[in-house]
Amino acid sequence: MRSLRDAFVTFRRTPLLSALSVTTIAFSLFAFGLFGLVALNIREALDRLEDRVELRAFVAEGTPTESIAIAAADIATFPEVLSARTVTQDQALARARRELGEFRDVFEGAVLPASIDIRLKPGFRDPATVKSVAARVNTFAFVDDIRYGEEWIQKLYRLRTIAGIAGLVLGLAFASVSVIIIGATIRMAVLSRAREISIMRLVGATDSYIRRPFLLEGFAKGVMGGLLALLLTWLARLLIDRYIIETVFFDERIASLGLLFGAMIGLIGSAVSVGRHLRTV
Amino acid sequence: MIRFFNVTKSYARTGTAVHDVSLHVGKGEFVFLTGPSGAGKTTLLKMVYMEERPTSGEVQVSGTSSLDATARDVARLRRKLGIVFQDFRLLENRTAEQNVAFALEVTGAARATIGPKVARVLTQVGLASKGTAYPKELSGGEQQRVAIARALVNDPFVLLADEPTGNLDDRATRGIFQLLREINAAGTAIMMATHNLELIRRQELRTIEMNRGGIVFDSAAQRRVVREV
Repeated sequence: MRSLRDAFVTFRRTPLLSALSVTTIAFSLFAFGLFGLVALNIREALDRLEDRVELRAFVAEGTPTESIAIAAADIATFPEVLSARTVTQDQALARARRELGEFRDVFEGAVLPASIDIRLKPGFRDPATVKSVAARVNTFAFVDDIRYGEEWIQKLYRLRTIAGIAGLVLGLAFASVSVIIIGATIRMAVLSRAREISIMRLVGATDSYIRRPFLLEGFAKGVMGGLLALLLTWLARLLIDRYIIETVFFDERIASLGLLFGAMIGLIGSAVSVGRHLRTV
Repeated sequence: MIRFFNVTKSYARTGTAVHDVSLHVGKGEFVFLTGPSGAGKTTLLKMVYMEERPTSGEVQVSGTSSLDATARDVARLRRKLGIVFQDFRLLENRTAEQNVAFALEVTGAARATIGPKVARVLTQVGLASKGTAYPKELSGGEQQRVAIARALVNDPFVLLADEPTGNLDDRATRGIFQLLREINAAGTAIMMATHNLELIRRQELRTIEMNRGGIVFDSAAQRRVVREV
């Protein structure tokens, strides 16, 4: 209880330094949050693109409809497959006319092959899985050709990998910078109370007693900084949404993790700073 | 109560501060620690409250040994000691009462007991009416009285004073010294490091003189120890 009171008394006694600590934590986390927002939206965009991964198995002309239907039902039982839908010659033509409206005359009297359109379950849309499913579908004798945009899928996955690695590296860099800045800010707070700490020790306070209010203070500053960062990120997202591009925001779980991250940084920064100080005095 | 057994303290950069000191300070004694600057008085006091540990030898204070005391043991020991410095070491943003109460709070004293204890020691040091004053509103002598009150509030068995009158004029010095005598008369031992030879000469108290890290005179031993350095 006393540590809690001490922590709040510090906020009251040194409002400027406390505000500076909270703001520093907030801006470090805000930078981290903005980056997180970009990473999240890139991932969302890639996920949406990935949703469009589809295999189209073209069927030889004259194949009985029943055979195609049986094959489609068989393909639908593959563990990787989400759905397998048969598209007759008429449906293929109608779709081509719909999708390429301005060239509809070109399709006048044209014949398009029937096909089985296959969609894969999430998690099975990587180039290797797509290729293996394509190979299996190709074993059906009446399958003439199979298209799945091999190059496009590979590019998409390369982009995903690059985005993932860049995200990890930049995220770690941002997080490290945040920890360093926050550590320095908390060290300043500790140094501003060096005299108090030395007197506490002289009158018999244990190190854990001395440490406790600093840890609570660091934790509280971390949470406050985290909340402020979340608010700033939300405002930034609002502006981006309105003026640049529609984006998605962190869900509750990620937002809570962000807050927890702020709190942990505050706590660890304080523990390290106080620990170092106690060892040197 | 306080025992030094062949204690030497050396620093890597500044060399030996205390050399082969053995001494015993008994219950309720008043001991002057004197000698020129750099003689080792402050280091010796620091070893009593275990801010410093001997490089060799052993210091025993009220059952706590410098050889095996943990940080927690040292904290517990300090609750039984009172420490006073030349520069008072008061917290500027706390009143006299709060400065004294601080020493009780950090030891986890029950809240209800703090107020009466603080009032008692402030009365004892003659500052009953100045409890709500901040250090900067008090004279040097009064600030030192607050520091002494803070040192006394845990009922220490010994009060360690490192040049407590070094920043004070003659009148304040006499007042502080008188106060220390009263505290000693009530049963608390005092170890006081001072340069003030006149103060020492006027008293019939045990005097330990240090020079170059060693004890060169101890009136309790009634003999002069000549050491070659």
